[in-house]
Amino acid sequence: MAQTYRNMLVDPMVDNNPITLQVLGICSALAVTSSLQVAMVMAIAVTLVTAFSSMFISVIRNQIPSSIRIIVQMIIIASLVIVVDQVLKAYAYEISKTLSVFVGLIITNCIVMGRAEAFAMKNPPVASFVDGIGNGMGYGLILMLVGFIRELFGSGSIFGVTILETVNNGGWYVPNGLLLLPPSAFFVIGLLIWAFRSWKPEQVEEREYRIQTVESH
Amino acid sequence: MEALLSLAVKAIFVENMALAFFLGMCTFLAVSKKIGTAIGLGISVTLVQAITVPANNIILTYLLKPGALAWAGFPDVDLTFLGLISYIGVIAAMVQILEMILDKYFPPLYNALGVFLPLITVNCAIMGGSLFMVERDYNLAESSVYGVASGLGWALAITAMAGVREKLKYSDIPDGLQGLGITFISAGLMAMAFMSFSGVKL
Repeated sequence: MAQTYRNMLVDPMVDNNPITLQVLGICSALAVTSSLQVAMVMAIAVTLVTAFSSMFISVIRNQIPSSIRIIVQMIIIASLVIVVDQVLKAYAYEISKTLSVFVGLIITNCIVMGRAEAFAMKNPPVASFVDGIGNGMGYGLILMLVGFIRELFGSGSIFGVTILETVNNGGWYVPNGLLLLPPSAFFVIGLLIWAFRSWKPEQVEEREYRIQTVESH
Repeated sequence: MEALLSLAVKAIFVENMALAFFLGMCTFLAVSKKIGTAIGLGISVTLVQAITVPANNIILTYLLKPGALAWAGFPDVDLTFLGLISYIGVIAAMVQILEMILDKYFPPLYNALGVFLPLITVNCAIMGGSLFMVERDYNLAESSVYGVASGLGWALAITAMAGVREKLKYSDIPDGLQGLGITFISAGLMAMAFMSFSGVKL
């Protein structure tokens, strides 16, 4: 059993990553990654919400009538997100201001909903909890990678600590302002997907059309 | 009047839901393979957005805000912490009602939208619209305009994206970028194009 729990934790990191393979939870992955600290808070929040909502839904999975299961899942998720929101407002007000609406949007984050529907409804509580943690961490991994790239090259710092001295402060590094703007998140994630799929070629999608090569005489 | 018009233009182009705030990205990437379905989804999002944002605004003003329950004799009650759960409830209920109405009175439209209607409940663009309405303190008129305009902006973005992707499938792309990867990169280029609207002042 221990082996399977480990697989459940490690699998969603690379082999079955929620963002690069399952295409879930993209919205927040793009929006909150301009600095590493914010990305980390978001990753922790999503991991906790996914894990606990999966566990609670799995506990009552045999009592939920299937016709209203979406609403029941929504209410459990929404209550957990309210808790996270209130805790952030109380202890990390600055970060909660930066995240603004994206804390609330954890409710509609497809990862939470997707794991509840696909895994927690069919599996016992402990397994669902571990699965939630694994998927949350797979999501967090991509979030932190993108945040790392964007903060390091966009403003020359990591966690707000200067690494590359920028020209404005008398250093040598000319920061790439594009990386702080929204479109860069698309490029960084697109390139990350390319890297992931070159490393794991079995994740490559089938082509719809193949260009025919002309035989030379 | 002018303020409302500029709010609408801002919500459609400058602060485009999909390309500036990345809301509704999951469906944006998953359902943008064909122009026809993209337009259908765009219309349903606009419809739902136009109803839920003002509805949530009414709930916020008369039930949740500090002092909003004064009419019921509870002037000191502050229920704003219940905001998230009430908004998602309203959205889920509205989608369900809309689905039933369309099924009863407009069957062709209902069949055309098909599976997309229930999916809209978990579309972040809808929830995001309501949350932005709260954060920016819109009144009823502003939130009605904002609801319609932000829905239209999202519809515009997904239709344009579907157009790009229909052409894109004929091109020769490196294996690793095939599918999701190249979609991200083209969405990024579109987002850059939309950023040029940010200089527009009304």
